[in-house]
This record gives sequence, structure tokens and C-alpha cells, in this order.
Amino acid sequence: MTENATTVAPEKVEQQKGWGGQSVKRKEDKRLLQGEGVFFDDIKRHGMGYLHFVRSPYAHAHITRIDVSAAEAVEGVYGTLTGEEVAALTDPFFQISSAPGANIKDFALAVGKVRFAGEAVVAVVAETRELARDASELVEVEYEPLPALVDARKAQEPGATVLHDDAGGNLMWSGLYSWGDVDGAFAEADRVIEIDELHFHRFNSTPLECDGALVEYNRGVEQWTLHTNNQFPGFAAIMMGPAMKVGLDKLRFVTQDIGGGFGNKITSHPQLVVCCLLARKLNRPIQWTEWRTDFHLSMSHGNERWFSDTKVAVKDDGTLLGFRTKALDDAGAWLRYEPLGGVIWAQVAPGMYRWRNIELEFTQVATNKAPVSPNRGYSRLQQLWFTERVIDIVAHELGLDPVEVRKRNYIRADEMPYETPNGCVYDSGDYAAMLDKALELIGYEGMGARREQAQAHGKLLGVGIGSTLDSGTNNFGQSRLINPELQFSGNNEVATVKLDIFGEIVVTLGTTPQGQGHETTAAQVVADILKCSPDDVHVRAGHDSYWNSHAGFSGTYASQFAVTGLSAVKGATEMLRDEIFKLAGAVFGGVPAEALELADGGIRIKENPDAFLPFMACGAIINANNAGLPEDLDVTLNCRYVYRPPFQVPDIETKTGNLTLTYAAQIHVAVVEVDPETGYYEIVDYAAVDDCGKRINPQIVEGQVMGATAQAIGAAIHEVFEYDEDGNLLTPNFYDYHVPHALDMPPLATGSIESPSPFTPLGTKGMGEGGGAGIHAVCAAIQDATGKKVTNSHNPYQRVWELLQ
Amino acid sequence: MDVSVTVNGTTYARDVEPRKLLIHFLRDDLDLTGSHVGCDTGNCGACSILVDGTLVKSCMLLAVQADGAKIETVEGLSENGELTALQQSFNEHHALQCGYCTPGMLMSATALLRDNPSPSEDEIKKALQGNICRCTGYWNIFDAVKAVAK
Repeated sequence: MTENATTVAPEKVEQQKGWGGQSVKRKEDKRLLQGEGVFFDDIKRHGMGYLHFVRSPYAHAHITRIDVSAAEAVEGVYGTLTGEEVAALTDPFFQISSAPGANIKDFALAVGKVRFAGEAVVAVVAETRELARDASELVEVEYEPLPALVDARKAQEPGATVLHDDAGGNLMWSGLYSWGDVDGAFAEADRVIEIDELHFHRFNSTPLECDGALVEYNRGVEQWTLHTNNQFPGFAAIMMGPAMKVGLDKLRFVTQDIGGGFGNKITSHPQLVVCCLLARKLNRPIQWTEWRTDFHLSMSHGNERWFSDTKVAVKDDGTLLGFRTKALDDAGAWLRYEPLGGVIWAQVAPGMYRWRNIELEFTQVATNKAPVSPNRGYSRLQQLWFTERVIDIVAHELGLDPVEVRKRNYIRADEMPYETPNGCVYDSGDYAAMLDKALELIGYEGMGARREQAQAHGKLLGVGIGSTLDSGTNNFGQSRLINPELQFSGNNEVATVKLDIFGEIVVTLGTTPQGQGHETTAAQVVADILKCSPDDVHVRAGHDSYWNSHAGFSGTYASQFAVTGLSAVKGATEMLRDEIFKLAGAVFGGVPAEALELADGGIRIKENPDAFLPFMACGAIINANNAGLPEDLDVTLNCRYVYRPPFQVPDIETKTGNLTLTYAAQIHVAVVEVDPETGYYEIVDYAAVDDCGKRINPQIVEGQVMGATAQAIGAAIHEVFEYDEDGNLLTPNFYDYHVPHALDMPPLATGSIESPSPFTPLGTKGMGEGGGAGIHAVCAAIQDATGKKVTNSHNPYQRVWELLQ
Repeated sequence: MDVSVTVNGTTYARDVEPRKLLIHFLRDDLDLTGSHVGCDTGNCGACSILVDGTLVKSCMLLAVQADGAKIETVEGLSENGELTALQQSFNEHHALQCGYCTPGMLMSATALLRDNPSPSEDEIKKALQGNICRCTGYWNIFDAVKAVAK
């Protein structure tokens, strides 16, 4: 099914030959297939206590009394922690936002007030998980309920209930983005297309493993070890250390295998603080495993966003000149990673299109719902859905073919690298070629006949196109557009590579993979440089901040390993290679590097291949047999490299600058058949075409494309975190929150092109977050089938039926 | 209550709280952590095992209900570290990413292939519909199972 084609690479990039580019089978699989992975919940300690959270049944209420005495009196209950204790022991978490969001006070447990149903109020620790749950029922909490705010559009109305008095209202952050000559664009337009409201719904990727940790406290050195599946330990440490008033080295993060993340495991720092405080208070290891309902109630929902009063300046032929819109973002009750969503979208402000004049007024408000945090495609997903909806609505209004409108407005291959109106640089790509390929895979030529066939049996057939620009390798300087006081910028990642005594090549990564195959792709990169097999390369599983192989931005998030992680691996391995040359030159009695070559797991003299030093000898000499080596031989065979992408701090006044280094792309096409009587529809054909530059392991890349596609299909049709008017979550488990299963999957054709990035050491681009395209494609296909404008990203069958009425 | 079960050929006798779920008994009491918990409601199938040859979700049974049973879990599939044909096929077809659903998925597919060594694509999908995977989109899993069907 898979088809591949290759575009011509920009001349600047060196084409690699060797292991890179091959679908090497994953090194991770053997342990995972035998049930021998080590996930955090697999780790046990003598005397550990199981933690259970008492959660608020109200969306908004004052806490008037808490009594834990009955729970603590139960035999086998080790102790409790309340919000009051947290407030005495810690400072509020640091806020990313400028005012008014900066003024809110966020603690690890609710203090004085609850702000969403499911917010953690008390933690109970007991000998077994069942007992901890039972004892939680004995904790008495009295509430004084307050009105709940569940509609972000009403957050700033006079008389609206206020979540955070410290912020003086529900506005958390706002900013006006204006680039190009927007007035000029509207003056030049033949038509102005107006769209009252577009709504992007609340969901997340619901990794199968919920969050959790096993936390130990070493009283002697006052240090915690957190065995946790948090996927961005660098961020967690920055949040936790200051709140707990300890240095970051007091927080050791360890992880091996993680059961899916998708961004949803970035903001577990409040729960981890509770675990740390209890491990110290009770002097025993604390085991916390989130229940599925806990996850749905409280962990990292994706950003819900409205676009209102949208105006699009167009020419009669469909040429897009500019747009104005107001984006309203529902942050939920707390800013745990927000309001970064208020700038991250700007990485892809014009989507794939040549809009030069853009004005977007961004507002983020707090509501009585679970906090939002990154979810696969974080904040760009919403913006790309907006741009794709606009394209299809413009085509609809002008009576033009959506394919033609796209091709007229796509940024062209010959314009790459392309600078957007806000200073982002799209590195490479050929969107029109990708669309052609996707249409070919779907059999677009014969679609007219298929429409007639569908009609003949009472169905409506529709074709829809969606695209994702998967901007990867963040420039964290963009956070200063949210808050100029912040001292973050750039990005980094670390790898170490060493040659051990018996010649073992050992690689340590700073990342926290959740299925992306880092051990395998890292081994491929090392093998190409050291002229050996990936089987000879041992890549340590997981992350441990004790290894000193991490940096401030280490983790696995935001589509960057193929750039940051693998560039660090490449840098460290090249350092090691150069040291092997130096060492061999000395051992061979002063042979210059240019007379040597790597081959067959060692190094030899080119003209005299019998003079061969295996890696085992190199490792042994340096580590255990080094007498007599030249004094000035600067070789350790243990190399650490930090990759730092080339970034500048963005311009705060104009809100311009290069916000990400690479732009992988996906174009999806969905074909749906709608039953006009019921609104039920099926995806009958589906194609996804990917371009992520140089692919180190095409099979892993295709796997990411497939997984993202499935998540998009689930989000488009089924998945939603829906609240009633009192702020109760109506989808708190997998009964009510339907994720796609085996029978939901449509036939899928995948294809790819390769446009190597001219900006990265390996020509690669990060590419883990291609999911959005599927949501856009399904929306467009429904619009095509029904002839009705689709204005919501979530289209269950009932909504389609309503559209048809 | 006293419970005796044979898991992957080894017999274990333990005193178990009557309300303890079978999955927690396997993971917490017997240290067989290959089977996982993903949902608490019987939807996700990460805890799928075979009890006396029948595929079950072990979060939907109490440990005491398994007294006297012969249980098979993911840890018992391969022998002497040699992957079974199905496990190898998962590796070859990239049918796993994070690996969290994989043990349950393997047990469901193993049960299917024992019962029906030559399943059609539709039969494979129906057999796996009780196992949620959030990483792969299932397509490669279908291919992996198909490849070892006779």
C-alpha cells in the first residue's frame, strides 16, 4: 500500500548512504513483546504507600471545612495531605503568563476553593490501593457551591462568576497579532468572505497508560527520586524546584518505558509535588497511579478554541489576500502550560498558504473545566483547522473547486525556504506535489462516477482535504511574546556516546520516548558514523537525570527528536570517532588521521589493513591499560555533545521571528459516504502523504503518520470532553469517551515525498504530530457531501443530521 | 481467601483479599507486570489474558474467581527468550509503538489464531475490537496478524 517518491534535495544537504534511510527493526520491541518493559507502575518498593486523591464533586465551590481524622484512624492508612499543608510547605507554581494570568496562585492541591469538578483536594496514602480508595471516602469536605462558568464566550460578560480573584476577572492573557498590510488587503479584495463562528472542540489523545509515579525520598541527602512517566522532566523540574524551594538536583527523574504521551504527560507536576511532600512526610515511598477517570477529569485536555468575526479578503479567482479573526481560547481552571497556546499557533499562522496579511486577536480565559495543556499538534492543530476550514468555506462561497483554491494559494516549492509574514521560515516542501500524490492514492479521477454510484444507493459522497504543518524544534524565545520578562530562548538536547572497556558502544539520550523508537534511530545514526551495525550499538533505555545527559529542554515533545536528539547523537559520535582516530594514530606510532579509516568494528591503516585496532582494544587501552600513552593525548572515549539549533530571540514589539526550525508536512484526503436520513457516515477511503525531510527509519515515520491519522479520525467523529451546564464532565471514561477501535478503521493508503531540511545536520525534520490533517479532511468531506458549511471540528452523526435539516 | 492458580506453568498459592481484581493480583502479588491496566472499565483490553484457554479481561474478574485456573499471560508466550511467530511478526510489521497495549493485543490475537488459524481480515478486526491501541491506528497490527495466519 505504501508508495514512496523522492523530490530533488536542495544542494546544501549532503545525502547520506548507509543505515540511515533503512527500516531497521526496532530494538525496543523484544522487551515490550515479552511483557518485559518497565513502566513506572511496574516498580515496587518495600513499605510503599498507595496514594489516592479525594476530588471535588463541584465545578466551583468554596471549601469550608476539611476533616481527615476518620480516614487517618483507619488501620493501614499511612497519612494524608491537604491543600492547607501544601500552601504552608510550598510556594505557588511559577506562572508563564504576564498579568493578569501571572497573578493566579496555583498549588499542588486546591487551597480554599475548587475550580473544576475532579480537582484534587486531599491526598490519602495507605497500605493498599483499595484501602487508600476506601479511606478517601472517609475524608469529610464541606463545600459552599458557586455558579460554574463552562462557556468561555461568557467568561468576560458582566456578572460572570470569577474563578481567580487574584486575576481580577477571567481574562488570563490577550494579545493582538498583526502582520503585513491588512487594511490594504481588504481594500484590494474583490470579495470579503465572513464567517461568524468556528469552534474547535476539547479532547485529548488519551494515552493508554495514565499518569503516575513511584517517588522515594532520601532523607540523608534530602533528595527525591521520581520514577515517573512525565514526558518533559526538564519542564517539571523548573516548575517543581522553585515551588518546593529546592534546587533542581534534589529532583532526580527516572523513566524507562512510557505508555504513550502525546503531550498529555507534560503537566503532571502538581501531582508529583504531592507525592514528594508525602514521601518526606510519611518517610516511605509513595506510589501514585492515576485512574482512567482521574485522567479524563483532570489531566491535560486539548485547547478548546473559538474563532469569531472572521473576515477573509479574496480575489474572485480564489487568491487569498489576508484575514482578520478573533481567537478565544478556553484554558480551563489553571494555567499549567498556558498561555503558551497563545503564541504556539503563530508557528503556522498562514498554514500552507501565501497569506501575507494577517490580524488575529488572541484571548485566553479561565473556565470551570479541567486545565488544558499540550496535546499532539498543540495549538497549531487549532490554527491549521481554522486555515483549512477557511479555504473550504471560501471555495464554497465562490463556487470554486477546493483543490484549485489550494493549488492557487499553496506556498510553492520554488519559494522555499519561505518566510511567513511573521518571520517564521518554512524550510522545505512541495505541498502541491503532496496533494497530487494524495489525490492519486484516493483515485480522485474517478470520483465523479463514485458520487453517482453513492447517490444511486441513497448516499451522499464527499471528498475532503486536510493538511498539517508539523512545526518542530521550538525556539523557546517565543514565550517572550507571551511574557517579555521570561528568560527562555532557543532549544537544546544532549547525547553521550562512549566506548567501554570491551569495545561496547554505549549511547545515552536526554529524551523520554513513548514509542517513537529512539533507541533504534539513534543506533542507526551511530552505526553510519562508526561504520558498524546498529546491533553493535547499545542505546540505554529511558531517561535518568543522574546521567548528566540532559539539558534544560530535554524530553520528548513537540516533534523534535529527529532534529535535536539525533543531531546530539551525531555530534557526540563524531567527537568519539575523532578521538578513536587520535588514539589509533598514537598507538600506531604517529600515523596521521588521514591515513586511517574505520572498518569492521575497528580502525586500520588504509595502506596496511593488517594494522587493525578493534574497538575493543581502543576501549581497553584508554580505560584499563593506558600506561605509556603520550601525555598530551586528549582522549577519553566518552563524549558528550549538546545540540543547539540556530535561533535568535523573536522581536517582541512586532511579534515576529523564527519560532521553529523545521516544518514537516502531511496532506490527508478523506472520502466519506453520508446517509442523509440519519447523518451516519463512514470513511470509505483515506490517504495520507507525508514529507518530513530525510527519514532515518521510514517504517517508524509511517507508523507515526498512521497513529496520528487514527487519533484525528477519533477526534473528528467521536472524542470530546463535554461538560454539562453545572460543569460535570459527561465523558469521564472509555464508555462515554469513545476512542477508535479495530472496526472503526477505514482503508488507508500512505505515501511520502522527501524534501530534506537545509537547516538540520541530518536533513531531518521532527514529525510526530501530524494528526490534525485528519480532522480537517473529515470536516471538508462532510461539507462536500452535504453541501452545508461545517463550522465545528467535532462531527458526530447527530451533528451531521442536524446540518442536513 | 486462599487462592491457587497456575500461571504460565508455575503454581502460586496466596492469601488474597476477596475484592482484589485478578489484574492487580497478577501485577502486585505475583509480580507479573507484563499485563497492564489502561481503563478500569473493561474497555481497553490491556489486561487481556487467557484463563483456562478463554480470553478474558483480567480487570473484570476477581482474583478469587480464578482459583484453580490455568492462566496464560504475555510472559508465557515466548520460550527461552525466543519470540513466537506472532511476536516476531509484530516486530517486522511495526505493530507496536509504546508497547503498553501490546501484551493484551498479543493475547487476543493468540486466542484468535488458536481458535481460527486462518482468519479473514474482518475476523481479525472483530477479534481485536476489545483492545484499544492509541499509537498505531491498528493497521500494522492487522498486517502482523494476517502474516502469521495460515
